[in-house]
Amino acid sequence: MIPAPSLEIAVLLWGLILLLAESFAGKSDRRGFAIAGIAGLFAVLVASFFLAPPPATAVTGFWSFYAADPLAIFFKRFALVTTILVLIMAIDYAPAIRMGVPGANPHAGLGEFFTLPIFTCAGLMWMASAIDFVMIFVSLELVTMSFYVLVSFTRRNPATLEAGVKYLILSALSTGFLVYGITWIFGVTGQTNLARIGTVLATQDIDRIPLLFGVALVLVGLGFKVAAVPFQIWVPDVYQGAPTPVTAFLSVGSKAAGFVVLLRVLAPVSVFPQVAQLLVGVAALTLIYGNFAALPQSNLKRLLAYSSIAHAGYLLIGVVSFSGAAVAYYLVAYLLMTLLCFAVLIVVGNNSGEQIDDYAGLAKRSPFLAFAMLIGMMSLAGVPFTAGFLGKFFIFDAAIRQHQTFLVVLGVITVGCGFYYYLKVVRAMYWLEPVKAEPVPLSGLSRLTMILLIAAIFVLGIYPQPVLNALNQPTGPNTISMSR
Amino acid sequence: MLLIIVFVPLITALLILIGAPARLTALLGSGATVIAALVAFFLYDPVRAGFQFVSSFPISESWRLQFLLGADGLSLIMLFLAALVLLCAVWFTPPIEKSEPLFYACLLFLASGAIGAFASLDLFFFYAFHELALIPTFLLIGIWGSGNRFAAAWKVTIYLGLGSFVLLLGLILLYRSVPPALRSFDLRALQTAAANGGIAADTQNQIFFLLLIGFGVLISLFPFHTWAPEAYASAPPPAAMLHAGVLKKFGLYGLLRLGLPLVPEGAQHWNTLLIVLLLGNIIYVGLVTIAQKRLDWMLGYSSVMHMGYIFLGIASANIIGLNGAALLMFAHGISIALLFALAGEIRRRTGTLVFSDLGGLGKIMPFAGFAFGIATFAAIGLPGFANFAAEVMVFFGAFRVGADWQSFHIFQIATVLALWGVVISAVYMLRAYRVVFMGAAKPEAFRGWSMAPDLSRTLRLPIILLITATLIVGFFPNTVLRLLRPTFSPPVAASDR
Repeated sequence: MIPAPSLEIAVLLWGLILLLAESFAGKSDRRGFAIAGIAGLFAVLVASFFLAPPPATAVTGFWSFYAADPLAIFFKRFALVTTILVLIMAIDYAPAIRMGVPGANPHAGLGEFFTLPIFTCAGLMWMASAIDFVMIFVSLELVTMSFYVLVSFTRRNPATLEAGVKYLILSALSTGFLVYGITWIFGVTGQTNLARIGTVLATQDIDRIPLLFGVALVLVGLGFKVAAVPFQIWVPDVYQGAPTPVTAFLSVGSKAAGFVVLLRVLAPVSVFPQVAQLLVGVAALTLIYGNFAALPQSNLKRLLAYSSIAHAGYLLIGVVSFSGAAVAYYLVAYLLMTLLCFAVLIVVGNNSGEQIDDYAGLAKRSPFLAFAMLIGMMSLAGVPFTAGFLGKFFIFDAAIRQHQTFLVVLGVITVGCGFYYYLKVVRAMYWLEPVKAEPVPLSGLSRLTMILLIAAIFVLGIYPQPVLNALNQPTGPNTISMSR
Repeated sequence: MLLIIVFVPLITALLILIGAPARLTALLGSGATVIAALVAFFLYDPVRAGFQFVSSFPISESWRLQFLLGADGLSLIMLFLAALVLLCAVWFTPPIEKSEPLFYACLLFLASGAIGAFASLDLFFFYAFHELALIPTFLLIGIWGSGNRFAAAWKVTIYLGLGSFVLLLGLILLYRSVPPALRSFDLRALQTAAANGGIAADTQNQIFFLLLIGFGVLISLFPFHTWAPEAYASAPPPAAMLHAGVLKKFGLYGLLRLGLPLVPEGAQHWNTLLIVLLLGNIIYVGLVTIAQKRLDWMLGYSSVMHMGYIFLGIASANIIGLNGAALLMFAHGISIALLFALAGEIRRRTGTLVFSDLGGLGKIMPFAGFAFGIATFAAIGLPGFANFAAEVMVFFGAFRVGADWQSFHIFQIATVLALWGVVISAVYMLRAYRVVFMGAAKPEAFRGWSMAPDLSRTLRLPIILLITATLIVGFFPNTVLRLLRPTFSPPVAASDR
């Protein structure tokens, strides 16, 4: 039996060891570091199934800011799986990194590129467990710091530098909002622990206006992380400019962590109707903006950026409906389908390009890659028997239960938009004639990863029970309600 | 039994994708499906009420979700229709130039979506199976279609995608409206709950409205019909046969299966709206059909128009009308598949379906002319064909609703107007027959065609098969109706007005 916090410590130590070893590696092939990183994270993933239960009563000391409830464990695994997949993609992306980083050593920059995601992973795992505003802030910063470096990694590319600057400035700004909000909440309630804030709100008669002001500021900060409208302006440029594995990591890991924190933060303050109203507005705007702005896109990476905003909208419907289970399931589906699309994007992007037109006739050139992308797009659009459909199904079900009629209607309309822009990619792959004839080379590891992702999309699309069970394990203290 | 019917086409499609010889495997697979459907047809015991051949596999405990197959007479008829049309569609597939395996796989996926939906007793899989057909439709029209195929493929996919999400909302609401103890996706459990008054009246209204719009888009209910003619005109003929003949019936099947038995008060509440819309189908779309200048567009519109009669039978909600509606679903599926198949063959030979470029084909292609004539008579609803038996029942059923001898009510007026629809369909079908097959022959239309102009022997077989089916049901409607007795008698006893 392993105590839960040792998972993050193990990940962090492994990252430090790899980073240190890299500086002595000379001219050896850096891909070994990626493999080592994947192996280490996989070991931690296995270890996460043998966790000691957290102390049942302790709400002081360490356990007052660290939770090991099912939700936290679930998202720790989520972060681990995401990072493993991102590292696998990073191996495929290595040639592009080499082009983008100055240095005489043929492996310059690769070692860091393979180890930095491990630190991000540690931050994401802490974030999943954070139940105290201080802890939330610190782990969020760990995630953001490593992303600052990763986003602008290929620094010879001006688009990447632009992305890096935009991400740095806007992220720092949003962090400012977050801290400012936390101070307001602390000033009103005298607490930073979320559970105790809830107790204070329930028992004492406090001034609501400053508290709600603080909550609104915190939502601004988190809205930036999850790419909710109107805090989404950075998304398209950063997603398009950043190295593709980092884009995938941003769109899945960063967003998932943001939603976990959002669920945790909203649990004590959801008693105020104003918060829910605010979130309904944000969700509606996010759905409309993300889906409609995705319609005219011609660059696949940018399309996926807007689609990530759109999916944040569906996730926000789940948040507004207070269904943690629906949000968690949707995030899992989102992880599978988005990473599948990005995996194909990297392979094809190295060979042809990132425009949708570069996918013309892919079905003839590489039927497997086209099929993988087809499954990814079908799942993103929400076609049954894929995980993406069940995700939308659970979200809409939760919303109908909470009588969020407006959001449901809007959600259905925007699903129609989704069919258009996702099928645009399918159309290019299957309808159009290829520009080049030769097949796109695909490494064995990537092929295996894609097969596993496709299988997972179908299995979870038909048999969602494993994910639902993982969220309904016997619970420790500080558990938020998973379904109402 | 049902497992075989559902999974044989799916497995055949996968085999073809892996690399089995496409046409042969598809023919064998669909042939096996037809045989299995026929066997199920004869094994079914119409005296026993309820669903038979039930098999279930639990999926999710907390959602009470299971993969549940089962069939009663209504589903069996639809299954048989789907299998038969699938076989004929595969048979009628001309040599495909680009990616032949993908074409057959899409065709089989399309059919297995419909078959799975007809065989599912679980709402979730009922819905999900139908959606399985969405992407194959998109690919079939987009890759192998003709004319304005890109626009048509977009339109049909987005229309059907949106419609099915509306439907999904209706289904979720249905699931949620049952008291928690009885909540289930199992259709039988829902029927029990609904029979015990488990669903409140105003909820029923909401549910039926969502179901009507959702299914309505899929069935091309006026004014949501505009996707249909364009899609059918652009689709390759086998895809049009399957979509117009079988897949569209999914929505009607859903209304018969869910709408009427589970939310009868909701159905009653929206009856007037449904009548108005279905008259739109019959009268407005009927007139639009007359104005068409191309055979494929005309057939597309005519299939939209005929949905109006089936809706009329459903709206009547009594035993005669419902039986007529179910019979008409079968009859229309056969006749429209026949017409699209023949139109596709004509197009292959002449390269056009514009009326003004065609003429006198009866002399050049006597067998096709004969078959087209039969199909025309069937579509109009002449006695002896299945369509006649069905339409007569629909009209009698609808006319009976609320009939008193003092004055006509909405149903009587609707029936009168719908009967005029028969005249409309006679006008456009006979006109099409005259323009295409009568008059002076134009052999120059066959310039690019090197083989014998008439249908080859092998192609005559599926046509004879379809004609035989419609004649058997036309002369002996009881072969089908006797299977429907357990389906329609219990709810009708309560709601026969």
